[in-house]
Amino acid sequence: MTSIGTGYDLSNSVFSPDGRNFQVEYAVKAVENGGTAVGIRCKDGIVLALEKLVTSKLLKPGANKRIATVDRNIGVVSSGLLPDGRHFVSRARDEAAQWRQLYKAPIPTSALANRMGSYVQAYTLYSSVRPFGVTAIIGGWDSEAELPVDGQVGSGPKVGAGGKKDGAKHSGPSLYMIEPSGLYWGYYGAATGKGRQIAKSELEKLNLADGQLSLEEGVKEAARIIYVAHDDNKDKEFELELTWISSLDGPTKGRHEEVPKELKEEAERLAKKALEGEDDDEEEEKMEE
Amino acid sequence: MNHFPQAWGRPRDDVYGSYDHSHFQTNGPNQHTQSPIVTGTSVVAAKFKDGVVIAADNLASYGSLARFTDVKRLRKFNDQVVVGFGGDVSDMQYLDRLLLSLDIRENYSSTENPLNAKNLHTYLAKVMYKRRSDFNPLWNHLLIAGLDGEDKPFLASADLLGTTFSSPTLATGFGGHLAQPILRKLLPDEASVERVSEEQAVEVVKECMKVLFYRDARSMDKYSIAVIKKDGVELKEDEKLENQSWAFAERIRGYGTQTA
Repeated sequence: MTSIGTGYDLSNSVFSPDGRNFQVEYAVKAVENGGTAVGIRCKDGIVLALEKLVTSKLLKPGANKRIATVDRNIGVVSSGLLPDGRHFVSRARDEAAQWRQLYKAPIPTSALANRMGSYVQAYTLYSSVRPFGVTAIIGGWDSEAELPVDGQVGSGPKVGAGGKKDGAKHSGPSLYMIEPSGLYWGYYGAATGKGRQIAKSELEKLNLADGQLSLEEGVKEAARIIYVAHDDNKDKEFELELTWISSLDGPTKGRHEEVPKELKEEAERLAKKALEGEDDDEEEEKMEE
Repeated sequence: MNHFPQAWGRPRDDVYGSYDHSHFQTNGPNQHTQSPIVTGTSVVAAKFKDGVVIAADNLASYGSLARFTDVKRLRKFNDQVVVGFGGDVSDMQYLDRLLLSLDIRENYSSTENPLNAKNLHTYLAKVMYKRRSDFNPLWNHLLIAGLDGEDKPFLASADLLGTTFSSPTLATGFGGHLAQPILRKLLPDEASVERVSEEQAVEVVKECMKVLFYRDARSMDKYSIAVIKKDGVELKEDEKLENQSWAFAERIRGYGTQTA
């Protein structure tokens, strides 16, 4: 890197003459070494998947979950420095709880992404802190039901508008990705971590913008993408973590939950099969040559 | 301007006369809630061999005015616990939100061992006792119905003083006087729980709701009823009292314009 030795990378919040903030760019580098994380926005829900690299054989398989729940209907998965990810989740939970205190209703996913974006960005501004070493994917389902206010006991007036707007709709799945700079966009499909390039090109093939992919297909695709993006040569072992959020009439009833064991195993089986298929193709090609 | 900072920004004594400090003082010590405002009446509950049945009517009264007629006073906490609220409705709403936030935090980690009725009763009793010790009670009488850690029926109460009590049958408010004797005929002691079926328990609780509607002037004929068993909670929030008979009213003397 040509920037080394120029001194503009020694403190956070300092611009270089060509307008870059090197500390933020280094944070992005930290993310690029983390296990791959993927989020898919399906027509009837959200799927989050993570390649959890196993750092020691002494760790209990299936324990130490890395995809976290915020409120009930939002999931957060991050890639990069693990403690930074934990702090990010803790802050997100505080924000969601605070929103409930104030508005007596769940926080919309877009509002949570906005607040977390601001929070992460604030860590690029001061020399006393360093930027977040994580890129986080936030997925949520905003309920389509007429939400009761928390603690509401009656159903309100039966006649007249009662302040309600007929046909107003603010619900559905949403997916955001927040980078160390605080930059965040809403995505159809998001990927971060080591295998993000492969994952992104796989996500593009799914034509997510058409809104045709069902949640169950999404789960299988997410598992497959994690397997495809996994680098067998550099990292031997990994665990797949899969969570999902459906609509109120779907399998998770609007909550963020782990994908049930049977479906996850099925998805993993298909993913492995797809990988073997690929290898066979390569071998066949070689044979033809 | 003078040299006394404490006087800066205040009306000048030489212009307005000295400040009357009595404006700034409340008379007497701090006061918290002295009485409930909008209230719900009785909650009744009974154990049976596989679970618990609990019921409360849908009325919230403002004094003697039947102010809100669609108030749900049974709250499902999870698939194992229902809480019934008697007393102040705004304090019930506060507790409802408290339980909601507890449930959200509870579900952050694995849901393999969800909070059971026994856990929740302990928690709520501590909340109630803390608040009464602050001289700022939550003006409620709660019944916590569900299953304990061994999937056995659990029923207990916690009130605004932090008092706890457990029994095969429980009732709050007027129900304590009018419903308990009826419930105890079927369920005199803990041993009798094993002999009572779900149908019997539901029937006797419905009978109690009817008697309460006959005799409690702060009650209503629309009610909620929940049955908590191993396989989950069945909560019905829009029930109506059936087979009412007001024949007994003919024999009541001493009210209104009756002359004999």
